[in-house]
Amino acid sequence: MTDMLTVLAPDGATKKGFEADLPDAELLHCYRTMLLVRSFDEICLKLQRAGRIGFSIPNLGIEATQVGAASALRESDWIFPSYRDFGMALYHGIPAVEMMHNMFGNAEDSAKGRQMPVHFSFVEPIHFYSISSPIGTHLPHAVGAAHASKLRGEDTVHLVSFGDGGTSSLGFHSGMNFAAVWKSPVVFLCQNNGYAISCPSDHQTASDGYAVKAEAYGMPHATVDGNDLFAVRQAVLEAAERARRGEGPTLIEAVTFRMGGHSTSDDPTKYVPAELVEEWKQKDPVDRFRRFLERKGLLTPEQDEAMRADTLAEIDRAAKAAEATAAPGLETIFSDVFAEVPNHIRKQGEFLFDLSQRRGEADAGDGEFPL
Amino acid sequence: MANLTLIQAVNDGLRTVMKADDSVVVFGEDVGPKGGVFLATEGLTADFGESRCFDTPLSEDGIIGTAVGMAMNGLRPVAEIQFQDFIFPAFDQIVSEAAKLRYRSGGQYTAPMVIRTPYGGGIRGGLYHSQSGEAYFAHTAGLKVVIPSTPHDAKGLLIASIQDPDPVLFMEPKALYRAVKGEVPEGEYTVDLSTLRTVRQGGDVTIYCYGAMVPVVERAAAQAAEQRGIECLVVDLRTLMPLDEEGVLEAAKQTGRVVVVHEAPRFCGYGAEISALIAEHCIEYMEAPVRRVTGFDTPFPNTLEHHYLPDDRRVLDAIEAVYDF
Repeated sequence: MTDMLTVLAPDGATKKGFEADLPDAELLHCYRTMLLVRSFDEICLKLQRAGRIGFSIPNLGIEATQVGAASALRESDWIFPSYRDFGMALYHGIPAVEMMHNMFGNAEDSAKGRQMPVHFSFVEPIHFYSISSPIGTHLPHAVGAAHASKLRGEDTVHLVSFGDGGTSSLGFHSGMNFAAVWKSPVVFLCQNNGYAISCPSDHQTASDGYAVKAEAYGMPHATVDGNDLFAVRQAVLEAAERARRGEGPTLIEAVTFRMGGHSTSDDPTKYVPAELVEEWKQKDPVDRFRRFLERKGLLTPEQDEAMRADTLAEIDRAAKAAEATAAPGLETIFSDVFAEVPNHIRKQGEFLFDLSQRRGEADAGDGEFPL
Repeated sequence: MANLTLIQAVNDGLRTVMKADDSVVVFGEDVGPKGGVFLATEGLTADFGESRCFDTPLSEDGIIGTAVGMAMNGLRPVAEIQFQDFIFPAFDQIVSEAAKLRYRSGGQYTAPMVIRTPYGGGIRGGLYHSQSGEAYFAHTAGLKVVIPSTPHDAKGLLIASIQDPDPVLFMEPKALYRAVKGEVPEGEYTVDLSTLRTVRQGGDVTIYCYGAMVPVVERAAAQAAEQRGIECLVVDLRTLMPLDEEGVLEAAKQTGRVVVVHEAPRFCGYGAEISALIAEHCIEYMEAPVRRVTGFDTPFPNTLEHHYLPDDRRVLDAIEAVYDF
C-alpha cells in the first residue's frame, strides 16, 4: 500500500513536530462527538434488541474518520454521507434528538418516517444530504452540486463519503471521472473499513488499496490512518483547500475497521476472524484520542468518566423524547411525491381515510429487518 | 416430503440443481460464506466450493453483465440481487442485453440465466428495501418473470426457471420467506412456468394475485365466505410473463366479477394488464367493473407501511364492492 499518513500513535503520542491546529475547546468537542456516536450506537443497539426500533448501523471503530473529516469542513460546505457517517452531522451541531426522530420514524423525523432508520437528511446548520440505500449513487450528486457551486463562484467544498464497497459502483466511476474532468471542488472520502457487509477488500478490488484508483482518473490521492483523527483532518483540510483554490478533486482513503457488524441484523462473527477484531481494538480511535488529551493535560480520567455519562444521558434523553413522539399522519404517505398532489394520488389518500373510518385502521406489522 | 419455509425451499431448489448440473453457478453480494442476507444460499459455498457459489464486488451491473457472458458460454448462472430495489444499476444489462440477446443475434447467442431477487414490503424496509418492480420487467420482451407464493412452488418454479432456455427474473416475496411453511418434495421436480394455481374455488368473485398478496387474499376470501357467504375463486398467477392468458380469461368468465390484487403501485401496474385483457376478451361476461387493490402511487413509506400495503380489510372491501355492484 502507498505510504499511509499517521500523526497520532495508539499511545496518544503525536509525530515529532506536530502541533494540533485546533483550540483546546475544539479538541474536546471532537472527543465528545466521538463519545456521542458511541453512546448513540450503544443505545440504538439496546432499542433494536428490545424491538423498539427496527434497525441500526453501528459505527464502532470509525468515529475518528467521521469526526476528523467533519472538523476540516466549514458550515457552508456540503456533506454527502453514507449511512455510517452521522458523526459528521453531530460534529456540526445537528442535535442527537433529530437523529433519534429518524430512528423511530416519527412525526418529527425530517424524512417524515418514510425512510429506514439511519437514513438522515438535514439542511441546517450544515447540508447533510439525504441518504439513499443504493450504494454509490450519491457520488455524482456531490459532483453536480460542486459544479453548481463552482459556476456561481462560491468557495464551497463538497465532501462525499462512501465505503470500500462503494468503489465498485457505477456512481464511483462516473463521479470520479466527471469531477476530475470538470475540476470540481469535491473531496472523495473512501472509508476502507475492511468489509462491504461480508465481502472483504481482497474480494472487492485487486488494486493496491483504493486511493491509487484516483491515478487513472488523473486525480491526486492520499491514504491516511482512519483511526487517527488528526491524520484524517489534515488530509481533508489539504484536499478542501485545493478544491477551494480551484484545483479540483482529491480521493482520500481512510484505512479503518468496522469493529461491529454491518448492521444490527448482521452477525459478523460468521465472516470476520476474531483475531482481526482484536488487532484493531488495539488501534481504537477513541482510546487513542483520549490518551492524546490526557497527555496534553486536557482530560483527567474523572472528567472522561463524567463526559461518557453525560453523552450517554444526552442520547438517552433524545431516545426517550423521540419514542414519545407520535407516528406521522396518514397524509404523509401521499405528500411530497410531487410539489403538488396530483388528482389520482389525492383520490387514493381520500380512499384510505374513508376506508380507515369504515373498516378501522390497518394492523401494524412486526417486520424484522434482515440486513 | 419435508416441511420447509419458503426460503428453505429456495435453498433446497438451488442445492438440487447444483447437484444435478455442474454448470449451475450461484453468485452475488454476500451469497458466499455469509449465505446471503436472508440466508437463501446458506451452506452452498461450504458444500459445493467457491467455484460454484461465490461473492462478487458490489456492482449489480457487473453481476448481471457477467451472468450474461457466463450464460452465453455454457454456464447456467443464478445471480442474486440482494434486494429488488438495488436492481436498477443492472436495468440496462437486463432489459437491453439479457432480454434481447436471442432476438438481436438471430438466435446465435442466448442468455439462459436466472436473477433471483427478494421483493416487496412488510419488513419495515422503507423505500429502498420494499419495492415491487415486476411491472417494469414484465413489460420487457424476452424476459420471463416468475413469482412464487408457496414453498412447493418456490422450489419447483426455481428449478424450472434455471432449466429454462431464456432469462428469468425470479422474484421472491421476502415477507413470506419465513412466514409460510409447507410440504416440499425431495429431489428434483418442476412446476411449469406460465401455469396458474387455483388457491381456492368459488363461484361469486374471481381474485387474481401473486407473491406476498396470496395469503392476504386467502384471509379476505375466508372472511367474505364467513361474513357474507361470498365464495371467491382465488388464482395465483405465479408466472407474470409469459402469462397463461387463457387460464386468466377462463377464471374471469366463471364468476363475472373480478378483483386484482398486487402490492406494487396501481398506475401501469400488473393489474392494468389483467383488467385490459378482460375488457378486450370477455367484457360480455362481466357483471361489475374490475376492481384493483394495490399499493398507492407513491414511494414506499417506512413507519406507515402497513397502511400502504393492501391488507385483508382492503381486499374484503373490494370483494364486497364487486359483489354488491
